[in-house]
Amino acid sequence: MTAPLIDVRGLRKFFPIAKGMLGRITGHVRAVDDVSFSVQEGETLGLVGESGCGKTTTARCILRAIDPTDGQVLYRTSGGKIVDLAPMSPAELAPFRKEIQMIFQDPFGSLNPRMTLFDNVGEPLLVNGMRNRRERMDRVAELLRLVGLRPEFMHRFPHAFSGGQRQRIGIARALATSPRLVVADEPVSALDVSVQAQVLNLLLELQARLRLTFLFVAHDLSVVRHICDRVAVMYVGRLVELAPTDAVFSRPRHPYTAALMRAVPVPDPRVSGADGILKGEVPSPASPPSGCYFHPRCTLAQERCQREAPALQEVTPGHFARCHFAAELDLAMR
Amino acid sequence: MRAPSIASDATVSDVQVTAAEERIAVASNWQLVWWRFRKHHLALFSAGLLICLYCVVICPAFFATQDPQRTDARQAFIPVQTLHLFDGGWNPWIPATVGKRNPVTLRMEWTTDPQRKIRVSFFTRGEPYRLFGLFDANIHLLGATDPTQRIFLLGSDRLGRDQWSRIMYGTQTSMTVGLVAVTLSVIFGVVLGGISGYFGGFIDLVIQRLIELLQSVPTIPIWLALSAALPRDWTPIQVFFAITVILSLVGWTTLGREVRGRFLALREEDFVLAARLAGARRMRIILRHMVPTFLSHIIATSSLAIPVMIINETSLSFLGLGIRPPAISWGVLLQEAQNIQTLALAPWLLIPGLVVIVAVLAFNLVGDGLRDASDPYSH
Amino acid sequence: MTIDAEPLLRVRDLRVSFQLDEGTVRAVDGVSFDVFPRQVVGIVGESGCGKSVTMRAVLQLIDPPGRITGGEITYRQNGRPIDLARVSPRSRQMRDLRGAEVALIPQEPMAAFSPVHTVGAQIIEAIMLHERLGRGEARARTVELFRDVGISMAEQRVDAYSWQLSGGLRQRAMIAMALSCRPRLLIADEPTTAIDVTTQAQILALLRELQQKYDTAIIFITHDLGVIAQMANYVVVMYLGRVMEEGPVDEIFHAPKHPYTRALLRSIPSLQTETRAALPVIAGTLPHPFNRPPGCPFHPRCEDIRRGYCDVAVPALHALGPRRAVSCFLHSDAAEPA
Repeated sequence: MTAPLIDVRGLRKFFPIAKGMLGRITGHVRAVDDVSFSVQEGETLGLVGESGCGKTTTARCILRAIDPTDGQVLYRTSGGKIVDLAPMSPAELAPFRKEIQMIFQDPFGSLNPRMTLFDNVGEPLLVNGMRNRRERMDRVAELLRLVGLRPEFMHRFPHAFSGGQRQRIGIARALATSPRLVVADEPVSALDVSVQAQVLNLLLELQARLRLTFLFVAHDLSVVRHICDRVAVMYVGRLVELAPTDAVFSRPRHPYTAALMRAVPVPDPRVSGADGILKGEVPSPASPPSGCYFHPRCTLAQERCQREAPALQEVTPGHFARCHFAAELDLAMR
Repeated sequence: MRAPSIASDATVSDVQVTAAEERIAVASNWQLVWWRFRKHHLALFSAGLLICLYCVVICPAFFATQDPQRTDARQAFIPVQTLHLFDGGWNPWIPATVGKRNPVTLRMEWTTDPQRKIRVSFFTRGEPYRLFGLFDANIHLLGATDPTQRIFLLGSDRLGRDQWSRIMYGTQTSMTVGLVAVTLSVIFGVVLGGISGYFGGFIDLVIQRLIELLQSVPTIPIWLALSAALPRDWTPIQVFFAITVILSLVGWTTLGREVRGRFLALREEDFVLAARLAGARRMRIILRHMVPTFLSHIIATSSLAIPVMIINETSLSFLGLGIRPPAISWGVLLQEAQNIQTLALAPWLLIPGLVVIVAVLAFNLVGDGLRDASDPYSH
Repeated sequence: MTIDAEPLLRVRDLRVSFQLDEGTVRAVDGVSFDVFPRQVVGIVGESGCGKSVTMRAVLQLIDPPGRITGGEITYRQNGRPIDLARVSPRSRQMRDLRGAEVALIPQEPMAAFSPVHTVGAQIIEAIMLHERLGRGEARARTVELFRDVGISMAEQRVDAYSWQLSGGLRQRAMIAMALSCRPRLLIADEPTTAIDVTTQAQILALLRELQQKYDTAIIFITHDLGVIAQMANYVVVMYLGRVMEEGPVDEIFHAPKHPYTRALLRSIPSLQTETRAALPVIAGTLPHPFNRPPGCPFHPRCEDIRRGYCDVAVPALHALGPRRAVSCFLHSDAAEPA
C-alpha cells in the first residue's frame, strides 16, 4: 500500500487568549488538540462537527492558511517524496501551494468582485508562471467547460452570476493548477437545495475524472454521507470517531456521532425525530470539561467518563472511536 | 427519472441573455460606480460645479478681469456692478459707478449712472499674463473694451482692488491647498494605514498609538504653533507648501484608520485567502486584490476630506496664521471682512465666504454621491 | 387535532413588488393560503421565492422601495376580520397587533436584541407595552417564560445581555420574547438556520412543545425540507413568488403533485439515499428576479413541461380538495387572467 497523500499527525492549534492593555496571555483556546488522520489518494474524507469543533481550523492548518502550533502534516509529493508542510516557511511552501487548493463556503465572498471570470480563474495560473495570455484564456475556457459553464462568460464579472454558478467558478479556480488535494470547506451549505445537488454531482464527477483527493469539511451529515468514503467526527477540537462512511452510519461507535445523526431532521413526516435529543450545549474549547469532553451531555456517561479521558481506539479494523465503551455500545440507527 | 447530466446543468437555462444584461454582466466596477453615481443628480451637478472651479484653478488670470493686486485709493468700496448683456442687440455693458463724497460723513458714496455705460466684451485683450507659466497671453474671459477703464463685477475692497479678480486667484490657492493637502494625507494614510493593517503586531501598535496621539491633540493650537514657527521671511509659495504639509500631517490619521480597518477586514476575505493559496506574493495580493477593492472608498473619503482642508486653510488664513498677503486665498480675502464697520459699509466683502460655502457643499455632495456609489455590489 | 372552521389568517392573491432602479421585482406574485388556529403551516422554498417577503407583508413590515400592490390579508382578531393589507403600517391598530397578537421569531437573534439593554429588560418592556402589568409582574412573567423555553438559571439569565448568551440560549430568549404577550400567531422566519444541528433539534422540540402549551398557530418559514417535515401540519411550497403547491404535510412528502415539489424532494441527499451516486437534480439555475420567465415561473426547469401551455400562461392555484391546491397545467387548465 502506498503512503497516504496527506498524513496529519498530532496536529495542534492553540489560540492565545489575551487580556488587558498589555495583552497578557491568560490561557489558550485549544481549537485543534492532537488530531491525527490520513487521506489516501483519490479518496474523500469528510470532516464533520458543529461550529467551533475545530474542523475548519484543521483544514486551514493543512492548507497552511494558518500556522499550526504543533504536529506534522506529511504530504506525499508527485515524486513520491514525503515532506512535512507544517514547519515550512512561505518560500519552502511555494512549490506545493498549487497542488493543494481550496473550495470556499461562501460563493459571494470567495471571488474577487473587481475581476472578471478570466482574471479570477486565471489568477492561480498567472502567479504560477503561465504568462501567455492566449494560453491562459484557453486553459480558463477549458476549466469553465469542465465545471459546466460556457467559456463565453469569461469576460463577465462575478456579479452577473447566481450562487450556484459562482460556486462552479470557485471550483474552476481551485482546479486551475491541477491540484492533487482539494480542501472543500462547506462547499454546498450556502447554496439553495436545488443547486446543492448539482454541485455535489459536479464534485463527484470531477473526482472520478481528475482522480482528485478531497478533504470535505461539512456540518451536514446527509451531504457527508452522500459524498465521502470515510468520515472523521470532531468534538471540541478532538477527533471522536474516524471510520468508513458505511460503518459510521450503520453503527456509530461514539455517542456523540449517534446524537449528531439523530439531530438531522428527516425529510419525511412519518419518521419522528423527537427522540434522543442531545441536552446542553457544546463546551468552550477554552475550558473543556474533565475526562471525556462529551460526558456532561452523554446519556450513557458513567463515573469513569468524568474522571478519565478516553483514547482514540481502533474498535474494528479502520474504525476508531474515542469512547471508553466503544466496543460494547450498540448505537445502531433507526 | 431523467439521467442527471452534470456538465450541462448550468448552461441550459441561461440561454436567453438580453443585451442590457450582457452590458451589466461585463461592466467593470468603475462602470457600475459611474452608473450609480450619475443617478444622484445633485452630486452630478456639484461635480460639474467643481470642474468649473478647477478650470479657474488652472488659469485664474484668464477669468480675472484685471490684476488682483492693482490698488486705487479713489476706487475703494465700490459696490457690486451688474453685467448687462443686451443694449438693443448683443452689446454687453456695465453701468459706471460715480462717487460723491458725503460732506457730513466724509465717506464716498457710490451711485450707478445708467447713462454712462462701460462697454465690455468677452475674450478681450487686457492685462498680460503667463499661461501655465509658459506662454504669454493677454486674453481674458471678460474685460472692459477700453482697457483704461476698470470694472468691478463683485465690487472692490478698501484698497480699491477688484474683488472678482481676487476671488479667482484666491480660488486657485485655496482649492490647490485642499487638493494637495488631501493628496499628501492619502499617501500618508494609505501607506501607514496599510502597513498597520496588513502587518499588524508591533508596527500596528506603534502606528495606532501615533494616530491616537495626533487625534487627541487639539488641532487649532497645533496649527497655530506650527505656522507661528514658519520663518517670517518665507515666500508665499514656501508658506503655501508649509501650510499644506501641516494640514496633511494632522489630516492623514482618519484616513489611516479607515485604510487599516479595510485591510484588517480584507485580510479575512475568502478571495484574498484564495490568492494566497494560489501562491501569489504579498505585494501582488496587496496591489492586485486588496487596494482595488477599497480604492473607490478611498476616493470617496478623500473627496469628503478636501472641504475640511479648505475650511482649515480658510480659518488659518483668516486668523492671519496661514497664507499671508500679498498671497491671496479665500481666507485672506475674508480677512477684509473682519470688522463690523466694513461689513456694514461693504457687505459684498462677504462674497468669498459664499464661495467657500458653495465649494464645500459641492465637495460634500460629490463625496456623498461617490460614497453611495462606491459599493455597487450592495443593495 | 381539531381544525376550527374559520382560519385565523387568510391570505388571498397577495402581491408585493419592489421598485428598483434596474426594474420592478415582483417578489410575491399572487400568494394564497390559510392558517387555522393551533396549526403549524410551513412555508418552504429556495432563496428568492418570496417566503420571507410574504411574512413581512403579513406584519406590514415591507420597507420602501417595496410595496403591497394587491391582495387581502385577513386576520381574525376575536372573531372580527381585519384586512391587514389595508391597515396603515404605522397605525395604532397595527402596532397593537404586532407583538401582542402576531409575533415574529427572526433568523438572527443577535441582531434582534439590543446589545445595550439586558435581554430581560427588553422582554419586560414588550410586555408592558401591550398589557396593563406592573414591572414586577412583567418580570415575574419573563422569568416564567425563560423557564418555559428551557433556559436554566432563569432568574440570573434575565439580567444577561444578549452577547453574553450562546447562540442556542439567545434563540431561546428570542422565543420567550415572541411568546411574551401570548400571541395567537407566531411567525418563525428560518429560526434555526444560523445554529448547529444538535441545537436545532432542541429548538424544534421546544417549539413543538410550546405550540401545544400556548395553543398558538405557527407559520414556519424555512428552506430545509427536513425541518418542514418534522414541524409542519400543512405545507406551502413557493417558487419565484408563487405558490406551487399546498397541502397537508404527509401528502406533500408522499404524494407531491407539482413537478417542482417532486424534483426538490428527489434532489436532497438524506441519510437514506444511495451514497456516492449522482443525485437527480433540477436542471438550470434560479432565474434572476429581474428576468422572470413568462408563463409558469418553473417551466424552464420543468421536466414535464407542456409546450404551448406552460411557457405562455401562468397556471392558477387550483383546488384539488378542501385543503389541497396545486398550480400546474398537468392538473388543471385554469390559468391566471392575463
